[in-house]
Formats: sequence, structure tokens, C-alpha cells
Amino acid sequence: MGRKRWLSFVAGLCGVAFALAAPALAKDTIKIGVYLPMTGAVAAYGQMEWDGIQIANEIKPTVLGKKIELVLVDTKSDKIEAANAVSRLVEKEKVVGILGEAISGNTMAGNPISEAAKIVSVSPTATNPLVTQGKRYAFRACFIDPFQGEVAARFAVNELKAKTAAVIIDIAQDYCVGLANFFVKEFVKLGGKVVSTTYIQTGDQDFSAQLSSVQATNPDIIYAPNYYTEDALMAKQARDLGINVPILTGDGAQADELIKIGGEAVEEMYFTAHFNKEAASTELAKEYIKRFEAKKGKEADAFGALGADAYFLLVEAIEKAGSTDGDKIREAMVAIKNFPAVSGLISMQEDGNPIKSMVINKVKDGKFVYVTTVNP
Amino acid sequence: MTINIFLQQVINGISLGSLYALVAIGYTMVYGILRLINFAHGDLLMVAAYTAIYAVTLFSLPWQVSFPLVMVLTGLFGILLDRVAYKPLREAPRISLLISAIGASFLLENLAIVLIGGVPKSFPRPDVFAKVIDLWGLRVQVLTVYMPLLTMALLLGLLYIVHRTKVGKAMRAASKDFETTRLMGINLDRIIAVTFFLGSSLAAAGGMMWAMKYPQVNPFMGVIPGLKAFIAAVLGGIGNIVGAVVGGFILGLGEILIVALFPQMAQYRDAFAFTVLILVLLFRPTGIMGEPITDKT
Repeated sequence: MGRKRWLSFVAGLCGVAFALAAPALAKDTIKIGVYLPMTGAVAAYGQMEWDGIQIANEIKPTVLGKKIELVLVDTKSDKIEAANAVSRLVEKEKVVGILGEAISGNTMAGNPISEAAKIVSVSPTATNPLVTQGKRYAFRACFIDPFQGEVAARFAVNELKAKTAAVIIDIAQDYCVGLANFFVKEFVKLGGKVVSTTYIQTGDQDFSAQLSSVQATNPDIIYAPNYYTEDALMAKQARDLGINVPILTGDGAQADELIKIGGEAVEEMYFTAHFNKEAASTELAKEYIKRFEAKKGKEADAFGALGADAYFLLVEAIEKAGSTDGDKIREAMVAIKNFPAVSGLISMQEDGNPIKSMVINKVKDGKFVYVTTVNP
Repeated sequence: MTINIFLQQVINGISLGSLYALVAIGYTMVYGILRLINFAHGDLLMVAAYTAIYAVTLFSLPWQVSFPLVMVLTGLFGILLDRVAYKPLREAPRISLLISAIGASFLLENLAIVLIGGVPKSFPRPDVFAKVIDLWGLRVQVLTVYMPLLTMALLLGLLYIVHRTKVGKAMRAASKDFETTRLMGINLDRIIAVTFFLGSSLAAAGGMMWAMKYPQVNPFMGVIPGLKAFIAAVLGGIGNIVGAVVGGFILGLGEILIVALFPQMAQYRDAFAFTVLILVLLFRPTGIMGEPITDKT
């Protein structure tokens, strides 16, 4: 290809990109921004949540008599991109509310920007306590890590009869570090002993060194509250090394990719989670699951359900506020009590965190199955 | 640490090291001939892994057929890469080539995202390799046994080509002096194509091994192996094929042992690799087995 043709090719590409990015000019719409990891290390979360948000938008497409327009920006699973995405949604797209991000670290990068602009944001699944701490306009649709870590520790002691635990922490993720801390605190309080603490990093693929040293300490369980890719690779390498103790992890495990990548190695992996189809009870949940499965041709998952809940909570707050003013939406949000959402009853607290129940799931025969529900 | 655990860690290290070595050979080879650091080399790993997935799942070829096939296809892809990204710049300053290489790397990664999507895919690992054998209490994956053997076999094959064949002779000549080699009537483009073919098929072997060991394939899977292989190549003496293998093993073992001996430092394993790079560049820029710097640029 000659240089000229190359140039025109590149110019053509840019043209297409601009055409795609051109804002819709309709005036009778209310814009809700969505920033999620559609590519990168945690892309599976973003894509599941986006699926859920789209279904929720189908169920409730209007608010205040206007059509809701969703504006999606990809964060590429990256903190800096997440912050840029929020800036863009606030400044260029002029959204009235924001949904996202999927993981804690990225949400904490995005929240200060929406906070400064006094725009309400609802993260579907950022569970680290710091996400909403000291913030006025930041909310979430999921429970927070202290609860998750505690429940995991109680489950390990009471149900799995564990006396010793090895903890493997993804040091690069606020979520993983937080969860591990809360688990260790509760586990020790209940008389357990942590015999080994080792670290990994998001994107690492080789955990054999950490696992070999874990093996030397012979723990009753491994608590590895990391994300699905690391969970799957780690389980695989653990089983290959002959480590057969139960592995317990957090809600970050619940992506189909865990099973696709982990295969047999993730069988009997336990995790604390936000949602299981079998435990769903509200009318909204039934409607959502029906539509989701008809439209997407797969089982309704937790991340999709929470994406939908974040949407429903935000729309409910806008409706109740009767306005698109950030402060009014915020006041309406904290007033939400016993809202029958997809993942169960949600009551929003003043601090931006909801009160809701948790389920424990495990992997069995290549599926996520429901074990039990824990109430707050 | 008991002796058993230590041995287990050494095995872990050798297995990781042989992967680095495999990728580093191709890296160093292209550098040796063209004086080009092919930053897109790591992304060829990714291209190969995806090609293998499609060969095995979509066209349901048995892995015995598809793996060599993927090596050939990736080799041809390497030639294409050279034609598009590097050949037009043969006469340009080295820095343009380097920039073009970085561009090619980003292009491949983003193309993969657009075409395939960002969600990781699982790699169809043949059962033969997935088996785990118990050697006096040490748990060794069959793949771990094959990997160093394969690395050695490919290394010997490559050494044979470079030192015993006509093409190899031409490659060595080109690496010494481009212009004079051309004046001697050697078709340089052909020699460069062969170099890219060999280098890329080695990347393919590395990519498939990598994907079998860590069965999670995504558009960015080549970035870290590419960087580590680059460091291994520099450590061994960039341009030196045996050096690349030595560098790969040192890096792999070093990384594993740092985690094994200082578990609290596990998050610094990448930092370890980069520290090695800095130290080598500071104190022995030509690496362990590199030739002394001459006035050739």
C-alpha cells in the first residue's frame, strides 16, 4: 500500500470513529452515563453488567416522562481510563447520573470526579468500603467487603471446619486486600489461625512459587479473594501441585470465565456472592430473569443482576426526586427503603451503602450452585 | 523451607524459565540480523495462541496437526509483519523502525480486541500435557518436562540452521554487515524473510506453550512474556541465541526463587526482572554472552 493510501485509510478510520461518537441530538431524553470495563483484565464483569443494565433499561425505559438514553464508555479495566471516562460523561455528555464502575479500584478513581460535579453515581459491584466513604453522591448496589469477609470466615469455621487458613492476596486490587483483611480479622476472632499470607498481582499468570510455599504450611483451606482469571489459574495450578484443600473466595469469582478457564480445578470452589437465581424472590427479579434469559440466551448471573439493580435504584431516585438535580436525586436515593430489586430487598443508608442479604455459592458440575443465604 | 519444597520451586523456575527462553530466542534472532528490537514479538504469541484455539475448536484439527500448522502460519504472519511494518523503513534511521515496531504491537493488540473481544478465552490443553506425575513427592506437570526439552530441541535446530546451512551463513553475514552482504549478491529481503519466519514460528511455539501452561488467552497476553523475553535476551547478550536461552532460565528461576525465599516480596517479581535489566545495562550492556560493542551501529 502506498503512503497516500495508508493516510486515506487512517483518515477513513478516524471518520468512522467520529461518526460513532457523535452525540444523539434528541432533546426529550435523559442521559445516564455508564462506565464499565468492556475490555481488559476484568472485561467479563463489565460485559455482564452492561447486559444487565440493558435488560433493566428495557423493563423501565422512561423516567419523568422522558426516554432514558444510556451512554457507555469503556474503561479498559484501568484506573486512569476510568477517571477519564467519568470526566467525559460529566463534561461532554452532560449525564444526570452515572452507573459504574465494576471494580472498587476503578470506581475510586472515577468517584471523586462525579462527586465534584455533584452527580449521583451508583456502582453495581464495587464492594470496598472506601468507595462511598466521605462521599455524598456515591452509592452502590452491592453489600460491602467487611460483611463479605466476615461471612466467609464464619462459613470457613462453621461449615468447612477449618482451623488453619492460607491467604493469597492480589496486592494490586483494593478489593482483594480489603476482603482478605476482614476475613483474617474474623477468622482469628473465631479461633482460627492464618498459617501463610502470600501475594500475587493482577495479570500474573504463574502462582507456582506462592502455591508451593502455601503447600508447605498444610492449611485446611485457602482463602483467595481475587478476581476470576486469577482464581481460575490459581486453582488449576494448586490442583496440579496436589493441593486439594477447599478454596474459598469472594464475589469476584462469579463469572462464567472462571469455569471456562478453570475447568475441573474450580469444582467445589466456594464464594460469597450477591445473587443466585435460585434465591431470587421479588417480582422484578422474576421479570428480569425471564427477559434476560430470553434475550441473552444464558442464565442470569450476579453481575448482570447488580448492574440492573444499580439502574433501577438510580431511576427510582430520579423518579422520586421528580427532578434531574443532583442534590434532589441524592436525597431521594438515601430515602429508598425496602426496594424490591433483582438481588432482593434493598434499603439505602445515609452513607451510600445498601443493607441487603448475601448468598454463598459453589461450583458444582461446571455450574454455580446456591449453598445458603446469610442475612445482615 | 524443606529440601523438597526447594526442589519443587526449582522445577517451577525451570518451567517458567524455559518459556521465557523460548520467546527470547526469536526476539534475539531478529535483533541479531536486523538490529531491530521487534516489540511486536510478544504479540505474535497472542496471534499464535488464538490461531491455535481456532484451529482446534473451529476446524477441529487434532492438536498434533494444528500446533505445527500454527507455527507455520505464524511464521508467514511474521513475514507479512516485516513487509508491512519494517520493510518500507529499511533505509530509515533505526529509531523509525523501533517506533514502527511499537505501533505494530499496539495495532495487533487492538485489532484482536476489535475482532475477538476483550474477554479471555480458555485454551484447549491436550490431556497428555495436563497430566501430573509424582516424582519422589515432587509434583511435576508433564508439560513442565516437555517444555525445557522442546526449548532445547528448537535451540539446537536453530543453531544448526544458523551455523551449518547456506541461509544461516547469509544471516550471519547480514548481521555483520548489511551493505557488503548485499554487494556480494545475496538477496537480503529473502534472508530477512527467513529470519522473520523462524523467529515468528518460535514465538508461536512459545505462545502455545504459554497458553497451555496458563490456559487463559486474551489480546494482551503477549505483553508481559514479550517484555520478560526482551529482558532475558538483553541479559544473555542481545543477538546471541544461546545467551537468550541462558538469560531466560536465569530470569525464570530468579523470579520464582525471589517469591519462594521472600514470600512477602511476591508483588515485586516484575520489579526484579526490570532491576535485572537496569543492572545489566549499567554494568554489562552486552549481556552475559554478548560480543563486545564494536563501532558498527
